[in-house]
Amino acid sequence: MPPAGPRSGDAIFASIERVNAELFTLTYGAIVRQLLTDLEEVEEVNKQLDQMGYNIGIRLIDEFLAKSNVSRCVDFKETAEVIAKVGFKMFLGVTASVTNWDADGTCCSIVLEDNPLVDFVELPDTCQGLYYCNILSGVIRGALEMVSMKTEVTWLRDMLRGDDAYELQVKLLKQVPEEYPYKDDE
Amino acid sequence: MQFFGGSEISPSPPAPTATGNNAHMMYVFNRDGVCLFYREWNRPLHTLNPPQDHKLMFGLLFSLKSLTAKMDPTSAEKGNRGVPQLPGQGCSFHSFRTNTYKLSFLESPSGIKIILVTHPRTGDLRNSLKYIYNLYVEYVVKNPLYAPGTPIRCELFNTTLDQYVRSIA
Repeated sequence: MPPAGPRSGDAIFASIERVNAELFTLTYGAIVRQLLTDLEEVEEVNKQLDQMGYNIGIRLIDEFLAKSNVSRCVDFKETAEVIAKVGFKMFLGVTASVTNWDADGTCCSIVLEDNPLVDFVELPDTCQGLYYCNILSGVIRGALEMVSMKTEVTWLRDMLRGDDAYELQVKLLKQVPEEYPYKDDE
Repeated sequence: MQFFGGSEISPSPPAPTATGNNAHMMYVFNRDGVCLFYREWNRPLHTLNPPQDHKLMFGLLFSLKSLTAKMDPTSAEKGNRGVPQLPGQGCSFHSFRTNTYKLSFLESPSGIKIILVTHPRTGDLRNSLKYIYNLYVEYVVKNPLYAPGTPIRCELFNTTLDQYVRSIA
């Protein structure tokens, strides 16, 4: 019997164990506040959030692949669609959309209408320059690296800074196919 | 099968096909060729020491994947000779059988390769391997004490795996 095909984001979101949204938002807020207290520099906190996201992403990818049953995407366009429709839906419960493709198909924007990380959050004047949701950019970067894609993920629009939506720019730098890892020494 | 926290592993485990312990051994490799996990239940013949054995197994699979992709008669595109493929791209082989054993293989797009060697009359184990991949995610990937890329030393993973494998082969 051949294995089952890929599942939709809604189906997976409905079937996996979920955590209370407020608990999630408040826990994330506590992490960011603690980082601000420990590191003091807003740039350092941005970097640290990205690193934490990266560490999450390298593990998240296996869970994503196991639960969603997607096979390897044919091109980067499909990858972006899968991240927006299945990935975000499965883990955060929100649907994202993909826009702004460039001519080669290596750079696109993922737009989130709503973002559970930022409920109840307002940035004070001392923290202008903070990318509050920077963990998400690290997660995407880490996860894509484990499927052989080196990417650069940055925030274009951030509602906490006054824009009207959350927009992440995902740029594919290169595909790194796996090589035979052992040296021919025997 | 219920786990800590009550989440259901999906797909739900395939129905057991036979009783008894007919699985011989299992390997898990990551994309860099590191043998994350090796377990043997029934392997009377050892020809190589473990590091060589792991290298041989990984090399075999790497070559087999490459060979099966190149020999694909249905593939429309020419493909690039000599360019290594991304994991999961092109056609992927899933098992081979000899007169004494059957080797079943699953590779995820993230490069995690799961190999299970069983007796030759075993049926298609693709769903079982998927289930084992789910076990890997639940017990190893989600374990904060496990560092990715290092050999797996999780007792809970070992026990659940033993229990599951006993039910399939």
